[in-house]
Amino acid sequence: MTLLEVRNLEVTYAGGAAAVRGVDLSLDAGQKLGVAGESGCGKSTLALALLRLLPAGTRTSGEILLDGEDVLKMKWGQVRAVRWAGASIVFQGAMHSLNAVHRIGDQIAEPILLHKKATPAGARKKTGELLEHVGLPAARASAYPHELSGGQRQRVMIAMALACDPRLVIADEPTTALDVMIQAQILRLIEQLVSEQDLGLVMISHDLAVLADTCDRLAVMYAGRVVEEGPARQVYEDARHPYGKALSAAFPRIGDTASRFAPRGLPGDPPDPSALPSGCTFHPRCPVALDSCITEDQELRDAGTARWAACVHAGASVPQPGSPAEEARSSTP
Amino acid sequence: MTTTESDGPMTTESTAASKGGPATARSPRALAWQRRRHSAARFWKQYRTHHAGVFGLAALGLCALIALTAPLTVGSDVQSVTDAPGDPMESPSTEFPLGTDQFGRNLLGLVVWGARVSLLVGLLAAVLSVAIGALIGITAGHFKGWYATVMMRITDWFLVMPTLVLAIALATVMSRSLGTIILAIGVTTWPTTARLVRAQTLAVESRPYIERAKALGGGHWHIMTRHVLPNVMPLVLAQTTLIISSAILAEATLAFLGLGDPTVVSWGGLLQDAREAGAVSAGKWWYLVPPGVAIAVVALAFTLCGRAVESVLNPKLGVAR
Amino acid sequence: MTAEATPSLVEATDGPAQAGPSVRGPRARTRTAYLRYVAGKLGGAAVSLLAVLVTSFFLFRLIPGDPVKYMTGGRQVSAEQLANYRKEFGLDLPMWEQFTDYCGKALTGDLGTSYQFRAPVIDKITEALPNTLLLTGTAFVLYTALGIFIGTRSAWRNGGLSDRVNTGLALTLYSIPSFWLGLLLIIVFSVGMGPIPGLFPTGGMESGGNEGFAYVMDVAHHLILPVVTLVAVEYGQTLLVTRSALLDEMGSDYLTTARAKGLRDDLVRRRHAVPNALLPTVTLIFINLGRTVAGVILVETVFSWPGLGGLFYQALSVPDLPLVQGLFFVFAAAVIVMNTLADLIYPLLDPRVGR
Repeated sequence: MTLLEVRNLEVTYAGGAAAVRGVDLSLDAGQKLGVAGESGCGKSTLALALLRLLPAGTRTSGEILLDGEDVLKMKWGQVRAVRWAGASIVFQGAMHSLNAVHRIGDQIAEPILLHKKATPAGARKKTGELLEHVGLPAARASAYPHELSGGQRQRVMIAMALACDPRLVIADEPTTALDVMIQAQILRLIEQLVSEQDLGLVMISHDLAVLADTCDRLAVMYAGRVVEEGPARQVYEDARHPYGKALSAAFPRIGDTASRFAPRGLPGDPPDPSALPSGCTFHPRCPVALDSCITEDQELRDAGTARWAACVHAGASVPQPGSPAEEARSSTP
Repeated sequence: MTTTESDGPMTTESTAASKGGPATARSPRALAWQRRRHSAARFWKQYRTHHAGVFGLAALGLCALIALTAPLTVGSDVQSVTDAPGDPMESPSTEFPLGTDQFGRNLLGLVVWGARVSLLVGLLAAVLSVAIGALIGITAGHFKGWYATVMMRITDWFLVMPTLVLAIALATVMSRSLGTIILAIGVTTWPTTARLVRAQTLAVESRPYIERAKALGGGHWHIMTRHVLPNVMPLVLAQTTLIISSAILAEATLAFLGLGDPTVVSWGGLLQDAREAGAVSAGKWWYLVPPGVAIAVVALAFTLCGRAVESVLNPKLGVAR
Repeated sequence: MTAEATPSLVEATDGPAQAGPSVRGPRARTRTAYLRYVAGKLGGAAVSLLAVLVTSFFLFRLIPGDPVKYMTGGRQVSAEQLANYRKEFGLDLPMWEQFTDYCGKALTGDLGTSYQFRAPVIDKITEALPNTLLLTGTAFVLYTALGIFIGTRSAWRNGGLSDRVNTGLALTLYSIPSFWLGLLLIIVFSVGMGPIPGLFPTGGMESGGNEGFAYVMDVAHHLILPVVTLVAVEYGQTLLVTRSALLDEMGSDYLTTARAKGLRDDLVRRRHAVPNALLPTVTLIFINLGRTVAGVILVETVFSWPGLGGLFYQALSVPDLPLVQGLFFVFAAAVIVMNTLADLIYPLLDPRVGR
């Protein structure tokens, strides 16, 4: 059954910046979906929008079906009930996402007391179990966040996210601030917990390699849209959208000598969400853009089995600069 | 709150320097002036968005106009006790819109005339206070070592003194005059400015171009006046505006306690007269209201201006517009 | 928190500074470190108190003229009597001897003898101190509660109508001279104005002749107007400090976490935002209390409240040097003591600072 279904989600901030512009995603229980993109592409906005955590004055439209119920149509009381109990978030930067003046045990117990109507003793017991589950001694419950290391804090965030046994966990850059060894540990921990408890996981990161490693499917976002989606390995190793290619080339692959000499990264900056380029928003930075890309918006189209990409060249595995792509365009729904 | 010490947009002198297109052939001095004009214009543009600040500025302009034109509108005769035009403590009437004081003088005229003393004392005391603060702040920030240590110890010590009590004490031990009041206020209110300016000086001096100026042979005087001073000026301006407001209140307080100059009319002095003449127990509220309102309006106007300046310099403060 | 602020541009432009909140304030992780910190603070306070003692001696010797003349109040007195007065108050000794004498006595709690009351200064002070503490204590509790209450709501609805009205009102009241507000309140509520009868006494602390519960009620009745005056002029500062502290805190990530947990808005504010924002302002609140004790001079004068402030005003009008001197010391000491208390208590309250 579909756990999370996002349909045509659009988010516009009070200042007029269109951060998310028509995103469709779906996720089954037990599945892991990666969302990749540069900073400012709308991926964190997407995460906050799923639980309606965006600041007042933000306009959100579309549908966010969580277990079949539209979060955007719920009353605030229902939204609060869904938060953490239905879906929880592992935020980036646990130092700032944890409250510095509360003990971590109290912070983990807080949603348990709120949603599960547990007794304080019961909540304390559950907190201890959760901490041991993520590999921390239960006695650390009395510590303050600044007394823990970065990796430990991230473990606390994960324990906290699992406190109410949610069906969906959204991990927003869960490993960004950590060093590589800790990063790997945390990723294994998340993988293990997700498979044990049959949760749905949406993992957001700028690091395509990390996502390819952890997730089943991968969606690449650019300027508030999904520009490529498909099985994680395939998207990482053989992206169909030039942006996806650039993103996967941005991280060197160990053992692949060719990637060491290939030009890495992209010229230019991601577009300003309040002043997006015309046509395909990627065209100013695209190495294979056609004249038509300047004026025509590119929709997602089939790019292989269970794969989609929003590019005129999608379908051909290696787009040739300047090659005619009429057939590809005519196949658009 | 010591929030102003972080770096505001106005204090980054070197940023806008290269803007302005065909300025390549001009002298450095002209360039510097152009840069200053630019940042002043930018400052004003941002200041205008703070409605309360604009309101405060307008109120101040009006008060300044009233004070400056007082010799023409009411004349210095209004102070004279001997040939007062009315009876003592008359209620407001068409002849005396605010009534008369205990000597039968026109209260409206006195309040207008009092604006001169109150504004003058407030202004001079604040300038004195900020000048001391800036001097100590810049030198303590520039010269490190024992001088800075001693200066900051003194500053800290003044900081814990209850300002008003110290000012009262000073005003008590010196002769009754406007100079005494100005001195008493100025000498007791400078420490916050000194701390802010010192922090700003340290920030400025850690920038690379100061290093360059030193390498090029710039002496202490050159660095302090040419590089540090222009950068702390905006902060000093904001401080001055805020301190004027408390200086005006302090002046009124000292005058009310009978420590002011008995020969001149000031708002605080008028309130003291009213109290001593028994206006309170007689319920003659109209005698008390005008000087107090005048003090509050001017103090509020300066506070609003100061807050607006502060929030332009440091937008993080979140001052309501 | 008087922690040295040394912003450096080089640091600031280097990207996201990874300095957590733990850099705030003194870092004293262990108990012994805290004790060392306490010792340091107490030592600093002792030095400050000594400095105040010395200042209060020399400051008031600057008064031109012969202090003995003030004692006689302009009456004709013989040279012999003047000499007696001098001897009585130790004014015949050389300055440095007066000074050592003064310091030695001050350390044993003897602050000299009042010229006008012919009583030990310390007695006059201990007599008036409870009255001042009653007034300032009551006002302090009220204006701190009011300032924090309105300040947090104001910040939470930043820019809204109630925020602008409240900030404007606070700024206005903050700009009003306290003595003027006091006088107006007396006219309106004590003397009575128009339809309003005189509801409150015009001054003093009690009407006399009451005992037990009636006495308490009588004092409370006298207390209302002075307290209202003090609260009105003082709450604005607390409000503004609270408001800006909370505004600084509002965009913080942990508040998003709290919301994501499903907490109601007011719980997010009460349980998470307010404690985080206000802990560092505890220091300021304490310092405010110290300043209020000194700022009470005018309110006590206007309402003839028999406290330290009223005493200071009486002493000034003579001027009664030993009394002025002693009161000056008490007012400055109040600020220093409160400052030190705040420094000592803060690390115990805020876990970010550590113990």
